[in-house]
Amino acid sequence: MLNKFYAKLLIMAGAALVLSACANSGSDTMDNTPPPEPAPAPAPAPAPTPAPVDTTTQEYLENQVMGGGMDASLVHFAFDRYDIDATARNILQAQANWMKANPSVNVIIEGHCDERGTREYNIALGDRRANAVKNYLVAMGVSASRIRTVSYGKERPISTVDAENRRGKTRVN
Amino acid sequence: MRKREIIETVGRLKVNLFKILLVSVIGFVSATVSANAVIEIDITRGNVQPLPIAVTPLAGSGAQMTTAGSVMEIGKQISQVVTADLERSGLFNAIDPRAFINSDNATAAPQFANWRAVGAQALVTGATILREDGQLRVEFRLWDVLAGSQMAGLALTSAPQSWRRVAHKISDAIYKRLTGEEGYFDTRIVYISESGPYLNRIKRLAIMDQDGYNHKFMTDGSFMVLNPRFSPTSQEITYLSYYNDTPRVYLFNINTGKSEMLGEFRGMTFAPRFSPDGKNVIMSKAEHGNTDIFVMELATRRIKQLTTNSAIDTSPSYSPFGRYITFTSDRGGTPQLYVMDADGGNIKRISFGQGLYSTPVWSPRGDLIAFTKQTGGKFYIGVIRPDGSGERILTESYFEEGPTWSPNGRVIMYYRKYPYDNRGGGGETQLWSIDLTGYNERQVLTPLDGSDPAWSPLLDRR
Repeated sequence: MLNKFYAKLLIMAGAALVLSACANSGSDTMDNTPPPEPAPAPAPAPAPTPAPVDTTTQEYLENQVMGGGMDASLVHFAFDRYDIDATARNILQAQANWMKANPSVNVIIEGHCDERGTREYNIALGDRRANAVKNYLVAMGVSASRIRTVSYGKERPISTVDAENRRGKTRVN
Repeated sequence: MRKREIIETVGRLKVNLFKILLVSVIGFVSATVSANAVIEIDITRGNVQPLPIAVTPLAGSGAQMTTAGSVMEIGKQISQVVTADLERSGLFNAIDPRAFINSDNATAAPQFANWRAVGAQALVTGATILREDGQLRVEFRLWDVLAGSQMAGLALTSAPQSWRRVAHKISDAIYKRLTGEEGYFDTRIVYISESGPYLNRIKRLAIMDQDGYNHKFMTDGSFMVLNPRFSPTSQEITYLSYYNDTPRVYLFNINTGKSEMLGEFRGMTFAPRFSPDGKNVIMSKAEHGNTDIFVMELATRRIKQLTTNSAIDTSPSYSPFGRYITFTSDRGGTPQLYVMDADGGNIKRISFGQGLYSTPVWSPRGDLIAFTKQTGGKFYIGVIRPDGSGERILTESYFEEGPTWSPNGRVIMYYRKYPYDNRGGGGETQLWSIDLTGYNERQVLTPLDGSDPAWSPLLDRR
C-alpha cells in the first residue's frame, strides 16, 4: 500500500508544496524533520489580496496533508486488532509532522469498529485503537496533552464494508 | 380442604405514573372449592402444549364513566390485555370469545358444562366496579373448568387510568397459579430507540410496558445513548451517554426525570449494571487503551478496581445475590466469558466452545448465564451454567446480541440487526424474545427500531 501513499504525496506536493521535503526524500518517509511552513496556495492572479491559508483546519488536514479522498485522516485496522501497520505508520507520520508544524492544533482521535462484534466489547476495542494512534503520534514527537481520544465502538459506520469501518480518525479539536 | 382467608396485601407502588394499588385476595365463591384442581402447566418440559383458556370480558356498567372510559369498556379492555399477555407467553391458547356459549355472571359460579363444550380448561371471570371515591375495583376469578372449582381470586383497586397495570397483575396471578412460577407481565422494558439511515443512526433512550404500551422517549436524540439497565427498584436507569461527546456512565431517575453523570474520570466509563441490592453500579473504565472493571458505591461515589489485566475486561453482570460477577475478557486472545468473586478474586474462564463470546448476563434464578456468541459469520444467543457446562444455543441470525432476562428467568429478550442491502437500506434493528426452552421466538414491537433491551424486575416487588 506504499504506492498509494506515494501517490497521495505526489498529489499533495503538486497541490500545495506541503511536505515537499518529505516527498522528495523518497525512501526516508520516517524522517522526523518538520515540514517547512506551508506556502499559501498558488493563487491564480495577484489582483485581490489572496486570503492566507489556514493550515490548522480539518479541511486542510484532509485535503492538503492527507491528499483528500475516502481515506483522508483515517488509518485502518485488521479484524479485532489494534496494531499500527506500515500504511498507517506513513499516514500518522505525515499527521505528526503537520501537528508539529502547527503547534496550536489539538486533535481528537476517534476509534471505530466494524459491526461484527458486540457493543460494549467494541467500545473497549475502539478505545484501544484510538490510543494506539495516539501513542504513535506521541512517539513521533507530538505532545500527549494535544491529543484526546474517544471511542465510538461500532456506532458510527461510514461504509457498508466492514474493513472501512475499522478505523482511527484524526479530528481537529 | 384448604380454604384461604381474605388476606389484605397492601402495596405502595414506587414507580411514578402509577397510583397506589390495593391488592386483596377475594373469597372463594360458593362451596364448589375443590382441593384437587387438575390443571396446571408443567413448564419444565421443552415444548409446552398451550393450555386452552377462556377469558371473559369483565362485567361492568356501560353507564358509569371514568376519565379512562366507561367501566364496561375498561373491563373489556382488561380482558383483552390479559388475553394478549397469556398468549404471548406461548403457554396459553385463548379461546375466541365468539365461540363462548354464555357469558357468566361475574359473582356466581360459572356453568362449567358450557365452558367444557368450547374446549376451555381454565376460565377467567370478573367484574369492574367504580367506587364512590372514583377508584376502580377490579375483581377476577380463575376457574378450573374440568374440576369445576375456583383456583384463584383477586380484587385490585386503582385509579381508572391505571387499568393496564391491573390487567398485567391479573395476568401475573393467572400465570403464577397455573405454572407455579412468578409472572413477568407487570414489568417494563428500557431500550435504545433507533431511527435514521444506517450511516447516521439516531439513538434515544426509551421506556415502555412489557407489551409495548405506555411508550415514552427519555432523551431527544441530540446525543447518543447506549446500554441502559434498570435498578432493582425499577426507579432508576444506568446507561452510557455521549453527551458533550464525552462518553460516560449516567444515572437517570424516572421519578424526577433528571440525569447525572456517575463520577468524573479521565478515561471513559461504560457497560454499567446495578448490583442486586441497588447500592453499587459495576462498570468498565477505559484509560490509555486498557479497559478494566470497577465498582462504584452510589452513596459515596467511591470506585474500586476489580480487574487489573492489560486485556479488555467489560460487560460485568452480578449473580442474583451479588456474590459473583460474570464478564467478557479477551485476556486469552479472543473475547470469552469469565466468572470471578465480587471482590475481583478467583477469576475463571467458563466459555470454551468455538467462536467469540460476550455480553454475559446472569439469570435472576442464578442457574444460568445468557450470552452472545459469534462464529462462522453468524451471531447466536445462548445460555451456559456458571461452571461452564451445559452450553445451549437458543437462536441465531446474521446479527443479534445483548440478552436480558425476564424477572422470572423464563424469557430472554435481545436485539437483532439485519444486513445492509447496498441500496441504502437494511441495517434495521428489532427487539425479539424467546423462551428459555428455545421455543416461542417473537418480535417485540416498538414504534421505531430498537436495540439494547433491559427488562425491569416486577414493578411492585417488595
